[in-house]
Amino acid sequence: MSGNMNLTLKVWRQENASDKGGFVTYKAENISPDMSFLEMLDVVNESLIKKGTDPIHFDHDCREGICGMCSLYINGRPHGPKRAITTCQLHMRSFTDGETITIEPWRATAFPVIKDLAVDRSAFDRIQQAGGYVSVNTGGVPDANEIAIPKVIADEAFNSATCIQCGACVAACKNASAMLFVSAKVSQLALLPQGQPERYRRVQSMVAQMDAEGFGGCTNTGACEIECPKEISMTNINRMRRDFFTAKLFKEEEI
Amino acid sequence: MILDSKIPEGPLAEKWSKHKFNLKLVNPANKRKYTVIVIGSGLAGASAAASLAELGYNVKVFCFQDSPRRAHSIAAQGGINAAKNYRNDGDSVYRLFYDTIKGGDYRAREANVHRLAEESVNIIDQCVAQGVPFAREYGGLLDNRSFGGSQVSRTFYARGQTGQQLLLGAYSALNRQIHEGKVKMYNRHEMLDVVVVDGKAQGVVTRDLISGKLETHAGHAVLLASGGYGNVFYLSTNAMGSNTTAIWRAHKRGAFFGNPCYTQIHPTCIPVSGDHQSKLTLMSESLRNDGRVWVPKTQAMAEQIRKGQLKASDVKEDDRDYFLERKYPSFGNLVPRDVASRNAKEAVDDGRGVGGSGKAVYLDFSDAINRLGKNAIQAKYGNLFDMYYQITDENPYELPMRIYPAVHYTMGGLWVDYNLQTTVPGLYALGECNFSDHGANRLGASALMQGLADGYFVIPYTLGDYLANIGPKPIDTSHPAFAETQKAVEDRLNKLLSLKGTKTVDEYHRELGNIMWEYCGMARNEAGLIKAKGLIQELKADFWKNAIVLGKNEELNMSLEKAGRVADFIELGELMVDDALNRKESCGGHFREESQTDEGEALRDDDNFAYVAAWEFTGENMPEQLNKEALVYENVKLTQRSYK
Repeated sequence: MSGNMNLTLKVWRQENASDKGGFVTYKAENISPDMSFLEMLDVVNESLIKKGTDPIHFDHDCREGICGMCSLYINGRPHGPKRAITTCQLHMRSFTDGETITIEPWRATAFPVIKDLAVDRSAFDRIQQAGGYVSVNTGGVPDANEIAIPKVIADEAFNSATCIQCGACVAACKNASAMLFVSAKVSQLALLPQGQPERYRRVQSMVAQMDAEGFGGCTNTGACEIECPKEISMTNINRMRRDFFTAKLFKEEEI
Repeated sequence: MILDSKIPEGPLAEKWSKHKFNLKLVNPANKRKYTVIVIGSGLAGASAAASLAELGYNVKVFCFQDSPRRAHSIAAQGGINAAKNYRNDGDSVYRLFYDTIKGGDYRAREANVHRLAEESVNIIDQCVAQGVPFAREYGGLLDNRSFGGSQVSRTFYARGQTGQQLLLGAYSALNRQIHEGKVKMYNRHEMLDVVVVDGKAQGVVTRDLISGKLETHAGHAVLLASGGYGNVFYLSTNAMGSNTTAIWRAHKRGAFFGNPCYTQIHPTCIPVSGDHQSKLTLMSESLRNDGRVWVPKTQAMAEQIRKGQLKASDVKEDDRDYFLERKYPSFGNLVPRDVASRNAKEAVDDGRGVGGSGKAVYLDFSDAINRLGKNAIQAKYGNLFDMYYQITDENPYELPMRIYPAVHYTMGGLWVDYNLQTTVPGLYALGECNFSDHGANRLGASALMQGLADGYFVIPYTLGDYLANIGPKPIDTSHPAFAETQKAVEDRLNKLLSLKGTKTVDEYHRELGNIMWEYCGMARNEAGLIKAKGLIQELKADFWKNAIVLGKNEELNMSLEKAGRVADFIELGELMVDDALNRKESCGGHFREESQTDEGEALRDDDNFAYVAAWEFTGENMPEQLNKEALVYENVKLTQRSYK
């Protein structure tokens, strides 16, 4: 088909966590500009499989930008060159015929590589297990409309809550800091009345877990905000810092 | 076998509360002596696991994704129904019940659906208490929108990401129980078989997807919440990993499969753009609140559009056929999904489709943008418009969206009784993987409702009764059934790994999808279905000879994972065809061309088909046995559905 492209891919291949890994070059031929980036990789993988070569492993699931499973560091940027989208929403029309594309996994101590481009992001789960919830049991809660929440607050909490936990913020950060992710989670509940009773306890335990996981510190560079596919704002980081320091004003038994 | 649905006696509105009273309870001190296994961490699985752990049971949860929060519930867009009547527009539990029964084309159980409507109101309260940021009005109270098949506004939403927010709520409740040590979470683990001991489900065999290690886990009960099987069509709105393996393995261990042919083809999806397509993307039904569906009135004009000689915006109002508004004046663009899909197909088959392929109709927002302003539309549907733009490279604020139906949801699933128990005692099915509440067609915004009702408010009661009856005696994996089942799983994996043929697993999957879409999709007929059955059998035989499966078991091996899932899809595909062949009537999403009204609507045959088809596995390559559960309607009168 006319308009289709031929590309060179430099892909990070790594058999398992203990393998050293390295780049391998592949040709991606006759690629339609209407394909998504992952569909382009599907095509490459199909041809690898037919040659008896282990396909390139990468994480993906919903392919509509919401599950947060896909990752990929494409030409030095998480989720590729376009703003506010995930890799699965990136289409080949963003590239030009003859281009060389470098594809790497997320790189961070707290995200060890499992195989090829797939990394272990369970640290994010553990941070939320440390306190990212409102402690209510099923049943026995008030009627939904008994809690009036100003629209601006609800909208702002929603904006924080749209984080898809993909880890692009960590991958983008020179310090591999998880501040944008953790602060989005902290903010959502800190903004809402439901989150108040545990507000200061929550921020302390989540930050402690974040540190324990080996993420780096935040130096306000802002790469995270630029690369976040859901445009999570750095305002969340400020909000979390404020709550974190406010928490220090209380005695432990008071929070 | 006689199927006992265990529907409680008494008046409809009292059945559930009386039943809850009659169910046995487990004493709080004994709850910690039980272990419950949950497969899947979507809305149904996560809500069930969290709620059961809160009660004191020990819970083990398995998901194949890298985090429980990635389950495909996360992708649900539009909203969740609840009979709150916050709008004062005439909603009630009974109306939600009635709309759902009618929307399902009178093929669901009255008692289950009424229970669902009753619990719907509690779900909203629960989610708000967890901190789910639903859309609100300036007064601070919750906002609602409308969905298809209903004339009231009862859908609660969080922009176009309702599923995400609800799942994050359930995930946070799950996280709290993981933190408390009551839930043990197994990410990147796939369930590959159910272990049945003395006729009761007592455990599972799982594969650690990173190391390939097979493990057995024992539990007093096993809850499947593994989602739908729409990916049998290859192209669907499901996530790439969504699969039927958990329920298909359970089916082969004795769980009957209910109404496998009931699939929902969603009317508003982004059309296929080429052979490379790996999945289809839904554009939420909520868009039909403000978008108007149309095609040109004449084939000639459609032809000009397809050739790029005419733009949609240049087609004059008089030359447009807003076919849903024309045919269904009272529901207009908000007819149920099956009706909207069939009408889109009809327009395309009539040669009036648009877009390059001609396989699309327009969903036009220009009226709404003129009436409400671009900002208002952006606030409501911004993320959907962005998604559309990313995929198609067309700006939906300026050009109408091109949409076409795509496989979205499966109403069929494991047969369960009123307690959500399958035909294997101790084995339960929740959410989309059971057949229970949507009949032959699910209404929009009802999947989230059902998943959460099952998990938060039904299973915590009904499971207790079973557990109380079997008693808290300790169980472990020492029974020989565990080793035997693990061996069977291992043999199958080795057999898959021995396949060194010439065709990739994806090629088989795509072929299966083509067969299913062509002959068992939006319209079905006897000749086509018979042909499909033959084709699937050939495909199955060929798969087990000529597929390529690379690598070894002891590693992250996505080829192997996919091969196992596709092999199961092929078998399920054949059962779907059997079911569609057997059901010689049209109902909801199951449209048999031989059975339609003069106006082309689905024509049911209540005298012969007012039953649930529950299929029983009888052995490899043996015909499945059909069992029937008669559907009894005591409150609703069966009529021809009309949305005119």
